[in-house]
Amino acid sequence: MAGKGRGVGAFTFNIEALGIGRGSMPDSRVGPMPLFPNIDFKPVPLKAGEEEDYMLALKQEMRGTMQQLPHNIKCHANKAEVERYTERYLKQRQLDDANWTPDWSLLPKELMPQKKKVVKPVKKKKAVKISRKETEAMLTKLDELEKKDDGNPEKSDDETEKKKVNEGEEEEEIEAEEYDEEDVEEENDYIDSYFDNGEDFGGAGSDENVDGEGTY
Amino acid sequence: MTAQEVRLCGLLLQEHFGEMVEKVGTHLLKSGAQNLRMILHETGISLDLLKKSLCVLVQHGACVFSSGRKGPGSPTEYRTSCDRILRILRYPRYIYTAKTLYGDTGELIIEELLQRGHMTMSSTVKTVADRLTQNMEDGRSMDYNDVSNSFSNLVETHFLQRCPPPPRAGPKESVTPAPHPVPGTPTPPISTALPTAESFPDCYKVPHVTLTGRGKRPLSSEDVDDQRNAKKAKMDSETHGDEGICWQVNFERFHLHFRDQAIISAVANKLDQTSSEIVRTMLRMSEVTTSPSATCTKPLSANEIFRSLPTNYNITRPILDQYLTLLVDDPMEFVGKAGESGGGMYVVNMHRALANLARATLESVVQERFGSRSARIFRLLLRKRHLEQKQVEDFAMIPAKEAKDMLYSLLSQNLVQLQEVPKTPDYAPSRTFYLYTVNQLPTARMLLQNCYKTVANLIERRLYESKESKRLLEKSQRIEAILASLQASGAEPEQLTEVEEMITAPEKQQLDALRLHINKLDSAENQVDETIFLIESYVNSTKTTS
Repeated sequence: MAGKGRGVGAFTFNIEALGIGRGSMPDSRVGPMPLFPNIDFKPVPLKAGEEEDYMLALKQEMRGTMQQLPHNIKCHANKAEVERYTERYLKQRQLDDANWTPDWSLLPKELMPQKKKVVKPVKKKKAVKISRKETEAMLTKLDELEKKDDGNPEKSDDETEKKKVNEGEEEEEIEAEEYDEEDVEEENDYIDSYFDNGEDFGGAGSDENVDGEGTY
Repeated sequence: MTAQEVRLCGLLLQEHFGEMVEKVGTHLLKSGAQNLRMILHETGISLDLLKKSLCVLVQHGACVFSSGRKGPGSPTEYRTSCDRILRILRYPRYIYTAKTLYGDTGELIIEELLQRGHMTMSSTVKTVADRLTQNMEDGRSMDYNDVSNSFSNLVETHFLQRCPPPPRAGPKESVTPAPHPVPGTPTPPISTALPTAESFPDCYKVPHVTLTGRGKRPLSSEDVDDQRNAKKAKMDSETHGDEGICWQVNFERFHLHFRDQAIISAVANKLDQTSSEIVRTMLRMSEVTTSPSATCTKPLSANEIFRSLPTNYNITRPILDQYLTLLVDDPMEFVGKAGESGGGMYVVNMHRALANLARATLESVVQERFGSRSARIFRLLLRKRHLEQKQVEDFAMIPAKEAKDMLYSLLSQNLVQLQEVPKTPDYAPSRTFYLYTVNQLPTARMLLQNCYKTVANLIERRLYESKESKRLLEKSQRIEAILASLQASGAEPEQLTEVEEMITAPEKQQLDALRLHINKLDSAENQVDETIFLIESYVNSTKTTS
């Protein structure tokens, strides 16, 4: 702070060595540079001649053809749903070129499109078969267990969850049956005596207050 | 890869190959060599599209693949480089050069190869013959032999080369078991550098191709001839004896040709036509004997030059000697004297010529942007290397205040640098010399980046202009299509005029203005590319010399 008055505008070196005086400083910049600054010297016009015209035509043609080639991979999302009017007049040849197979000897093998093998349905059937047998066995086991010790409902819940992993129609039926059984048994975690439904409170249960003090 | 190069490559890829390839290409440019899984993970494109894009990039030579860094068992890695993609800017120049050297046939061959990346000789010949036949009068067609001859000529002069075979990536998974290596033969070393096309001895050998026939005209009526075409297609699928041998354009050879042209035209501009003819002769004689990165051509004696001059230039021997002396004494140093035997041994100094041409380009840039007096200061600094502020004012004969202004504007644009030379070890400002200097090579590099930025801006502006008037352009295209179909089916002129009037007059004006703008922008891209070529050649020539 002590040097604020004297330090402002002073340079750390002798500016006369660079040949500039204090008064010849350029204006300080206010804000960022304009996007299109005014230039003092306009650019030289382009060369215009037969060669340049020919190369211009070549360039535009090349751009056009390369956009039509199958090399130009278009995003599939861009294809319009409705067939546009111009497409009727497009040359058939352009549409035929869409399939292009490169020379695979010059490309690495991993770039070849892989054919998807259809294996899934066979596996599914096997899985269903196995699960069917398993679930039947488990069901019979469960019935026996339930009859034995009045069901630990948690165990049956776990087992039903495990069976949910195996898909199949019969499993749903089996689960439905199990749910029905659970409803019938009415086994739950809550102790019956905990629930107080207010019947014993100042109502029909007791005959002490008959004066008519209102029950709230 | 600088940011400007990557941006320009992205725009070029997008224009020519679509957005998918552009995404993949820019990602590879920014992140170096990567294998398929990493690219898939980082770009988030579906595997199918990614594979297709990589195929397109490899087909066009923009991307090379090799076995991974960890050894032959690791997945293949892909890498791109800016250089190959930036060549796309120069395609029209290559095609035009082929036209001037080999006529329409050569032009179409080069055009087809540039569009498709690489193709076999037979498919190229067939396509080119068909295209030439299309443009010929009815009843005439192009023979395959003519096209094959042009193709062979292009290969002989090294404008076309074979594609290098792919590097062996990983163990072979073929059905037949790999042959057991014979003990005693040395295993080839796994080189980290990718083999270039030149490193194979057969790269310029034309295969023996059995190709007879003439070009086919596309048939106008579609219905009746579809069946005939189907039959023909089956017959045409015979092999021609050159399967698997793909050809690509040899860009380096074209660049040598452009360089020679630049030197010859520079001599013609500075001196006169006869001197340029002499230099052209010298360059033609040393085409085969000079390697591409040589500093200067092999020495040629004046006797040889005299004998090889074109016959319509009948200058006498003493006059030739005088011209050669003039060329040697010229400050541009295109031609140098290497000895006295054989009437004087003369060489063309390639690298020095390129350096001088680049210097001239830099000076012209400064002149056009800052004025001729700033250009005078710039030339002075180039010549005198280091000058103090006072010395600059004196030598350039410019008043002090203006000289200061110009120097500072050049300094702010980084065309001129300050060099501190201390008198005392503590770099005290009052006891230090501040010298202005120009370093040609870094300035040339900076200018090259400016050129890339310029071209990228031009392309973006062109895309913007087309997008603004997209609706109008589509309408005009539709109307042209309608007109064409009407004319083909034979309509009355009143109908044609009616259709033409669907575009109103102000719309026509707008379309014309748009066309003019787009043509100007395109032409500007071509011409900036000429500067790019010059400066790139200069920068590359300094890399090879120590």
